[in-house]
Amino acid sequence: MAEPTTTRVPFWRDVRVLTILTQVIFVVVVALVAGFLYANVSTTMRQRGLVSDLRFLDLEAGFEIGEAMIPYAATDTYGRALLAGFSNTLLVSVVGIILSTILGVVVGVARLSPNWLLSQLAAIYIELIRNTPLLVQLFFIYFGVFVTLPSVGQSIEFQGIIFANQRGLFLPRPAPTETFATWAWFILGAIVLALALFYFSTRVKTRYLGWVALLALILLPVLGWFIAGAPLSFEIPVRERFNFKGGMNLSPEFSALLTGLVLYTAGFIAEVVRAGILAVRRGQVEAAYSLGLNAGQVLRMIIFPQALRVIIPPLTSQYLNLAKNSSLAIAIGFPDLFSVATTSANQTGQPVPVYLLVMATYLAMSLFTSLLMNIYNRSVQVLEK
Amino acid sequence: MKKLVLVSMFVLVALIVVACSAPAPAPSAPQVVKETVVVKETVIVQPTAAAKAPEPTKPAVAAPTAAPAPVALGARFTAIKSRGKVICGSNDQVPGFGFLDKATGQFTGFDVDFCKALAVAVFGDAKAIEFRPVNAAQRGPALQTGEIDVLARNTTWTVSRDATWGLFVGVNFYDGQGMMVDGKKYPTVKTLKDLKDASVCVQTGTTTELNLSDRFREEGVTFKPVVFDTADATFAAYQGGRCDAVTTDISGLVARRSLLNVPADHKILDVVMSKEPLGPAVPLGDASWYNVAKWTLFALINAEELGVDSKNVDQMLTSKNPDVQRLLGVTGDLHTGLGLSKDWVVKVIKAVGNYGEIYDRNLGPNTPLKMDRGINKLWSKGGIMYAPPFR
Repeated sequence: MAEPTTTRVPFWRDVRVLTILTQVIFVVVVALVAGFLYANVSTTMRQRGLVSDLRFLDLEAGFEIGEAMIPYAATDTYGRALLAGFSNTLLVSVVGIILSTILGVVVGVARLSPNWLLSQLAAIYIELIRNTPLLVQLFFIYFGVFVTLPSVGQSIEFQGIIFANQRGLFLPRPAPTETFATWAWFILGAIVLALALFYFSTRVKTRYLGWVALLALILLPVLGWFIAGAPLSFEIPVRERFNFKGGMNLSPEFSALLTGLVLYTAGFIAEVVRAGILAVRRGQVEAAYSLGLNAGQVLRMIIFPQALRVIIPPLTSQYLNLAKNSSLAIAIGFPDLFSVATTSANQTGQPVPVYLLVMATYLAMSLFTSLLMNIYNRSVQVLEK
Repeated sequence: MKKLVLVSMFVLVALIVVACSAPAPAPSAPQVVKETVVVKETVIVQPTAAAKAPEPTKPAVAAPTAAPAPVALGARFTAIKSRGKVICGSNDQVPGFGFLDKATGQFTGFDVDFCKALAVAVFGDAKAIEFRPVNAAQRGPALQTGEIDVLARNTTWTVSRDATWGLFVGVNFYDGQGMMVDGKKYPTVKTLKDLKDASVCVQTGTTTELNLSDRFREEGVTFKPVVFDTADATFAAYQGGRCDAVTTDISGLVARRSLLNVPADHKILDVVMSKEPLGPAVPLGDASWYNVAKWTLFALINAEELGVDSKNVDQMLTSKNPDVQRLLGVTGDLHTGLGLSKDWVVKVIKAVGNYGEIYDRNLGPNTPLKMDRGINKLWSKGGIMYAPPFR
């Protein structure tokens, strides 16, 4: 250290050191705040006698759930109850995503239609839906539409097998009989034959072979139905004192939630689709028309493949929103994950672990959706030269 | 050389981190303890109370009987006296029980009157109260932390609440979960069995859902629950015809029925699905305050039993009945064991009336609720309302 150090900058003025130092200090402060919050919560909870662990998941839940995709009874555990609630969330999310995508694309394209009436109708729908709160829409759809349907006594019926009333939509339920196995072979055969024909049709470029494939897919199972002899029996809903029993039932709560989520999300998806289509350069469309393609072909072969690249990322957010918005189900009586969790938290007196579990579930669901969409997104992107 | 400086920098930072993180728990630790100071008088007892309930209560209860003359007041009772008012956790949304009258800005109701009685007992003034409206979810924590001196908010007395929330002083209303159906649509429905496969509207957040499932399971009958998160949505769905029946406490059904389109069409089934003894509760930890709250309730019930009411209480002072004399403090020194004034019962009855008067004023035949006394009649009149004697 004897050498002259006139050029040496002291470390507290050295930019590189300071950069690292501020970052380290930031991390330490964040860690300390987080640690304090955690210690505070756990100490307070201990004082109040709130032991938080997940042991309650194995206890008997004791409460009934109106509808679930998996078998559930009041004697099952809280874990099973939450799973039943999750199955409902999953169902409404998946069906909702599919339907809102279809409706959103149709409305988005209609919004850009040269037909004045069509594009104005689409614009009114989009603005109305996007500018009112979802919760209000759900209340309106549930209490204003589904609950005001005719009572059980005055059900709207179709051919005596399908019924609609304020308790929901009742459909016949198919159940396999002993001849079902024979019929299944016919279906399998039809599918294999149709696929083979379709593959062949792309090779020889004959127009009609594709139609023959479709015909085989339909006719063979119909033929099999009569040869095997009624492979399915239908359980028809029967009116009882309070309600219809048997058959399949689509509850008004599920229907209202699905309708609300689909209408709401489709409004946003329509705008995403419109933005995507507008992002495709005008020259592309003009070139396509000048090649003699018709409007449908231009949309299908030129615009959509290019628009998809712009559409996918914001579309993913809309899917995530739909799944998370499904937690509003509790307001209109649909037993989704959050609704079941609320009951569980109240009965076990363990709100903190229950809601942490629910948050983790929604997080995992969203991340999984994002993952799938990102994989798909990568496949539609072209490598720019 | 630069590397050396960098390394020494990191060592320095590491030292700072260690130095900071070591005392870090220290500031948080005293802080938490500091918070506890408030809680201490109420909650610290909790583990012992939960584990060995008789031990802490025994010496506390024994104290007044062993040395009756100067009673040792507990921390909370002392705090209330020096504060000059009672902090009462109440309801502000249930007409008849605890309701904030928008027109007058006053709290009214059956439970509210108990708070008033308590304020009169301690201060001789029904206005020496501060009302804190608490909802179903807030009431437990409010009692646990000692934020309120008494919880009088149609709350069911259960063992878990006694162990973790506070001590219930007694029952002021015997309620039970009931079931309401549209009597015009289903005139033959009489029991839960008749409701086989019916849809039942129910609100989440209370014990109602569990009772509902339990009773139907016991009867071996299936049903479909439709669960909402607010009472308004629950009854809107019932009114709309989505459900065949709706369930909650009978008192709640009566109050809610008055809001339906045609109240007379709806009938409450003659089934009681659960025991819901409603009563006031005080925070854990102060036996003297617990005694005052408990005996204020008993004084109201005893006054009705002995025929003492707000109108005749002055004449009753000259009554020959020794029970009345002891109740009103004419003879004996029962008040000293409670740390209250000699004529506290006289003041309470004069200000709010006896149990029967409170009931009639808020829930009786001259109110919109028109609730029959039912099992809340005195034990001597065919009910189960019964209070230990003033002796």
